[in-house]
Amino acid sequence: MGMKSWWSWKLQEMKASKHSYVLLAPYMILFTMFTVIPVVISIILSFTYFNMLEFPKFIGWQNYTRLFLEDDVFLIAIKNTLLFAIITGPISYIACFVFAWIINELTPKWRAFMTLIFYAPSISGNVYFIWLMIFSGDRYGIANGLLIKWGFLLEPIQWLKTEAYIMPILILVQLWLSLGTGFLAFIAGLQTVDRTLYEAGAVDGIKNRWQELWYITLPSMRPQLMFGAVIQLTTSFAVADVSIALAGFPSVNYAAETVVTHLIDFGTTRFEMGYASAIATVLFMIMVGTNLLVQKLLRRVGE
Amino acid sequence: MAAITTAKKRVNRSLSGSISLFALLLVFGAFMVLPLIYAINNAFKPLDEIFTFPPTLFVKNPTLSNFTDLLNLLSDSWVPFSRYIFNTVFITGIGIVGHVLLASAAAYPLAKHKFPGKVFMFQVVVLSLMFTPAVTAIPNYMIMSWLGWIDTYWAVIIPAFAYSLGLYLMKQFMEQIPDALLEAAKIDGASEYRIFWSIVMPNVKPAWLTLIILLFQMLWGSDGNGYIYSEQLKTLHYAAGQIIQGGISRAGAGAAVALILMSVPITLFIFSQSRIIETMASSGMKD
Repeated sequence: MGMKSWWSWKLQEMKASKHSYVLLAPYMILFTMFTVIPVVISIILSFTYFNMLEFPKFIGWQNYTRLFLEDDVFLIAIKNTLLFAIITGPISYIACFVFAWIINELTPKWRAFMTLIFYAPSISGNVYFIWLMIFSGDRYGIANGLLIKWGFLLEPIQWLKTEAYIMPILILVQLWLSLGTGFLAFIAGLQTVDRTLYEAGAVDGIKNRWQELWYITLPSMRPQLMFGAVIQLTTSFAVADVSIALAGFPSVNYAAETVVTHLIDFGTTRFEMGYASAIATVLFMIMVGTNLLVQKLLRRVGE
Repeated sequence: MAAITTAKKRVNRSLSGSISLFALLLVFGAFMVLPLIYAINNAFKPLDEIFTFPPTLFVKNPTLSNFTDLLNLLSDSWVPFSRYIFNTVFITGIGIVGHVLLASAAAYPLAKHKFPGKVFMFQVVVLSLMFTPAVTAIPNYMIMSWLGWIDTYWAVIIPAFAYSLGLYLMKQFMEQIPDALLEAAKIDGASEYRIFWSIVMPNVKPAWLTLIILLFQMLWGSDGNGYIYSEQLKTLHYAAGQIIQGGISRAGAGAAVALILMSVPITLFIFSQSRIIETMASSGMKD
C-alpha cells in the first residue's frame, strides 16, 4: 500500500468516525489546553534555568546531572518516596479491593454503612490534621497520653520531630487515607459484574468463594482493577500534603522529604522552576515505568 | 453475622469464612473511624477538655462554644461568611455538571468506537495522571493570564471540566457495556448521540455517581490558590485554612471548622449512596 492510499484510507476512516470526534472534541480541547500543554512546557523547562523573572535559559542536561550527582537531599527524597510507594501502594490497593469485596457481600444497609466507614477518612478533606493532635509531642496527644497512662512511657515523645518515627507515622496516616477513589470504583465495579456468571460458575464446578473471586470476579473487573492500580500508583508516589501537614516543611533532617516536597521546595520557595521541572520529569518517568510493570502483572489476573 | 448469612442465597459460601471476613471488616473499620470520632468529639470539647491529661476520646461536658467562637472569628473578617459558602457551592456545582457531561461524552467513543487516534488519546490521558500538578502551576498560570481568567471563578471551574481522572473512570465502566446492546440500538436507527444519552449514560450510573462524589471532593477542597486573589471570590476552604493555622488559641474553633468541613462531603455521600444503591438495583445491565 502506497503512502497516498494509506492516507486517503485513514482520511476516509476519520470521516466515518465524525461522531466520535464531535463527542471527544470539547473535552480534548480543554484537556490539551490545561493539561497537555502545561506538562509539555514543564518538560521543556526542565532543560533550562528559569527563575520566573528572566526568560528561561537553555542549559541541557545540567538540572538532571545536578539532581543525581550533587543533590543529597534528592537522594533521601527518592529513598523515602520509593519506601513509601512500595509499602502503601500494594497494601492499600489490596485493602481497597478486599474491603470492597467483603462489603459487597453484605445486605444493602450494612453495605452502605460499612462503605461510609471505610470511605469517610478520604472524603473528609483535610481531616488528617487530626493525626497532629493524636501524635502531638506533649502529654495531651492521645498517643503520648495513653502510653504514659499505661506505663509504657515516662516522658512524652516528640513523635513528629523524631526521625525514626516520622516515616512510620506518615505511612500509617497515608494508609488510613488511602481507601479513596480506587475503593469507590471497586465498589461500583463489583456491582456491575454479571450475576449470571456466578451461577454458570457454580454449575461448572467452582467450589468456594476464593475460586469464584479468582476465576470470575477479578477477570470481570479488569477495567476497574486497571483504573484502581493507576490511582494507587499516582497517590503513593505523589505523597506530599500529608508529609507537610504532619512532619512540617522541611521536616526534621529531611526525614519526611519526598520527591514532591522536594519539588515544592524548589518550585515555590526557591523559584528554581527549571530544576523543579526536572524533579517532576524524573518522578514522571519512574511512575510511567512502574505503571507499565503493574499493567503487565494485572493482565495475568484470573489466568 | 446475620448481615452476611442472610445477604445472599448464593452457593459457595462457608459460614466460618463469612464470620472471619466480617471480623476483619470490623477491626479495620474501627481503625478507620476512631480518629474521626475523636475529631467530632473535639469539636464539642471545652478548651480545658482539649488540653487534659490523660486525653479522652469522648467529650464529657459537650459545649457549642467552639462554634460560637468560630462565628465571632468570622464576623471579624470583612467578607461575610455566606460569600465563601456561595463561592464554594458555585464552583463545585458548575464544575461537577460540566465535568460529568464532557468526560462522559469523550469516554463513550474511547470505550466503544474504533477510529484513528483513539489509543493515542487515551494513553495521553492516562500518562497525564502521572505528572505532578505542583509543577504545571506556572504554565497553567501563563495560560490563564493569556485567557484573562486570573482572579475569576473560571480559572478553577473550566480546568475541572477536563480532569483526566473522570474520563478514565468513565471509559473503564463504559467498556463493560455489552456491544450487543449498542448494536441493537443502532439497528433501530438511533444516532450516536442518542445512543450515548439514552443507553450508555443510564447504564453507567454507578460510575457517574462515583464521579460526582470524587469531583465534589476535589472542588469542595479547592482554595483557588494562585489564581484567585480577590477576597470576595475565595472559597470556604481558604477561609477554614486561615482559622486552622491560628494555633493553640484557636484549637477549639479549628476543631469546629474541621467538623463543618468534613460533615458536608460526608452528608452528601450518605445521600448519594442511597441513590447509587437504588440505581444499581434498577440498572439494565444486571439479570
